[in-house]
Amino acid sequence: MKSVVIIGAGPAGIRAAQTLVAHGVRPVLLDEAARGGGQIYRRQPANFKRSAVKLYGFEARKAKALHQTIDELREQLDYRPDTLVWNAEAGALDTLHEGRAARLEFSRVIVATGATDRILPVPGWTLPGAYSLGAAQIALKFQGCAIGERVVFAGSGPLLYLVANQYAKAGANVIAVLDSSPFSAQARALPGLLSQPSTLAKGIYYRTWLTAHGIPVHQGATLKRIDGEHRVQSLNWHNAASEHQIECDAVAFAHGLRSETQLADLLGCEFTWNPLNRAWLPQRDRAGRTSIAEVYLVGDGAGIMGADAAEMAGERAALALLEDIGYLIPPQRATQLEQSLNTIGRFRQGLERAFIFPESWAADAADDLMICRCEEVRVGDIRQVVREGHWEINRVKAHCRVGMGRCQGRMCGAAAAEIIACESQRAVSDIGRLRAQAPIKPLPFGLEVEP
Amino acid sequence: MIEVDAVIIGGGIVGASAALFLSKAGRRVALLERDFCGSHSSGVNYGGVRRQGRPLSQLPLSQRAHEIWGQLPQLIGINGEYQRSGHLKLARSLNDLHALQDYAASSLGFGLDLQVLDRNELRARFPWVGEVAVGASLCPDDGHANPRLVSPAFAQAARRHGAQIHEQCAVTAVEHDGQRFRVSTQTGLDLHSPWLLNCAGAWAGKLAAQFGEAVPMHAGHPAMLVTEPLPLVMNASTGVEGGGIYARQVARGNCVLGGGQGFALDNARARPGQNAVIEILRQAVELYPFLEGAQAIRTWSGTEGYLPDRQPVIGHSSTQPGLLHAFGFAGAGFQIGPAVGQALTEIICSGASKTPLDAFSITRFHSISVA
Repeated sequence: MKSVVIIGAGPAGIRAAQTLVAHGVRPVLLDEAARGGGQIYRRQPANFKRSAVKLYGFEARKAKALHQTIDELREQLDYRPDTLVWNAEAGALDTLHEGRAARLEFSRVIVATGATDRILPVPGWTLPGAYSLGAAQIALKFQGCAIGERVVFAGSGPLLYLVANQYAKAGANVIAVLDSSPFSAQARALPGLLSQPSTLAKGIYYRTWLTAHGIPVHQGATLKRIDGEHRVQSLNWHNAASEHQIECDAVAFAHGLRSETQLADLLGCEFTWNPLNRAWLPQRDRAGRTSIAEVYLVGDGAGIMGADAAEMAGERAALALLEDIGYLIPPQRATQLEQSLNTIGRFRQGLERAFIFPESWAADAADDLMICRCEEVRVGDIRQVVREGHWEINRVKAHCRVGMGRCQGRMCGAAAAEIIACESQRAVSDIGRLRAQAPIKPLPFGLEVEP
Repeated sequence: MIEVDAVIIGGGIVGASAALFLSKAGRRVALLERDFCGSHSSGVNYGGVRRQGRPLSQLPLSQRAHEIWGQLPQLIGINGEYQRSGHLKLARSLNDLHALQDYAASSLGFGLDLQVLDRNELRARFPWVGEVAVGASLCPDDGHANPRLVSPAFAQAARRHGAQIHEQCAVTAVEHDGQRFRVSTQTGLDLHSPWLLNCAGAWAGKLAAQFGEAVPMHAGHPAMLVTEPLPLVMNASTGVEGGGIYARQVARGNCVLGGGQGFALDNARARPGQNAVIEILRQAVELYPFLEGAQAIRTWSGTEGYLPDRQPVIGHSSTQPGLLHAFGFAGAGFQIGPAVGQALTEIICSGASKTPLDAFSITRFHSISVA
């Protein structure tokens, strides 16, 4: 019999599973990680014993609640951790678990694939010691490691202050926080941010805490380049006034997050340009229904809204799924969730105004800056292909290999799009969408197949 | 209204090389491509540049293409990662090896210079081939190239020689007013010309049918994948007698493998499908043991036109003067494509192709279409 399947055991996937179980449906929950929680509430290995407060700070209560939920649900779920969904075709998912390939047919699927950092490279970003903000956070949360002893955090987005704060509290020497957004943008964004006063308060708290502990926070500060012989030794940044150098042995940077949409693409979902996310996103209605009747999308994988919204969206989409297969659902709960999601949506718009995208990045990028580290494609290679008359991103990929490597464009796709748009003098929404190709992540030769 | 000497429908390697050779011959050409030039099977195929294994009837044209490939940089301005690495066709049984010997004997005189290798010779010269192969046939001057680069470059070269290349320009209507063709496009172009070249690949059947010569063509979708870069091991492009997996390694180290069939997503898009991908991943290690533990990082497919005899249609329409067909290359058009473009050019410029095309006449399907 075909199953109801959830892909991803983060906040969205777990709440979706809980909702289905509460109505008597036993879903399959597939997760690439060994333990549920997603990236934001990623759990440490079983033999690590740090407290939830230490790991998750303000979010400890939510993290614990979510972990408790999945632990309690285990018997009522077909839970399959360590399972990569590497391909999707109409009605079926192809998985890889401990070197074995299998196919799972679904009647309905809730896709909760989350997000990764949006990277705008700077010279030196491939040096050992340079991390994305998300990776720096996972090193700390999961393994209890810091990425270095003298660490700088750079870029923009709420994660910037959060990770800096987590590192400082864990005892790392945070040398500076370089926020590329000017203070004026954050002041202008305040009305939108006030729609979520407690989240805003947390953001202010992180900043204030850093300043109170003597950690310099620079606004309107652009990371210019990272230097070092074999690993990070220093970096340069500048603001409107001047250029500065900082000695450090590690740097983490990103400009917000980007949705992991490849599975939605392989499942055939229609995409539209989303100006707020500055990305192509699968279409979905307020409940999470997509253009494909059997496919639902929830959480950051369908547009960046954060963990709280992901929990609500997971529950909302599960209710929609239940309704679509003939269950009676409490309509007031559905409405309530949609209203809450709406409020968070307004906050999210405020965040985007507070952490503005550095529009000038592409124009300022030097020709020898590496964009695609898998295929070693530099800005100049991309510009050259554009000058030859190509502007559609999949064509540019075909000509210079940008986005063709191991990461399949998940790391470099956003930056490549900016370079192509800038060089071809088109809007970034007018250069097409990088098509997803299986496998989502590399697949080994000699794998075994489930009979 | 655009008045030209020839309108070419389809910007694959056949259409684009026809555009190139016609423009070089001074003809005014307009090429109409629904998507981007070289974005379908001409650009996403395996990249084999191979004469070995073709039906004997294709060898004169294929040999001619071989000479054109030898001049690639002068012709299209890039080397397209073309290398004459040799093409090694592996036999997994003595029967298969006999078939290779028979082919080598019957293709003598076409210039392929095939060398049939027994098990020991194969081990000595190509130690990376798996034990499953009992012998092979080597065509030393066959090789491989990067189709993503080569096929679009033919169109770019044609443009440099004055051809009009219209991309994202789907044809909406074709008619013949008794004197010339009138072609309209979705973008509002209105083209007039005495010659019309149907180089529309897997989609060429529609135009042929419109002129009363429907062909029994179906679409095929080869499953392809590529590995992460690996140490350089393979010094030849390979295939297997009787079909199966084919593989090559590019200078960067990535191995490109194909085998089996994918499926169509819609009229224009295809995917390799998990069955074929998994079969390649499982079976390739027998033929190429060094791949054990390597990772496939990307898969893809395309849309190829196949006729029942797996031979293309090349040459005059039998119903409409001025209409030339060149399609249905059964997944083997990349190597031969430039010679086809040249042959079509000769038909237009001097009345006949220097290489005989009789075997590829569309009339061979007429009885079938009537039945």
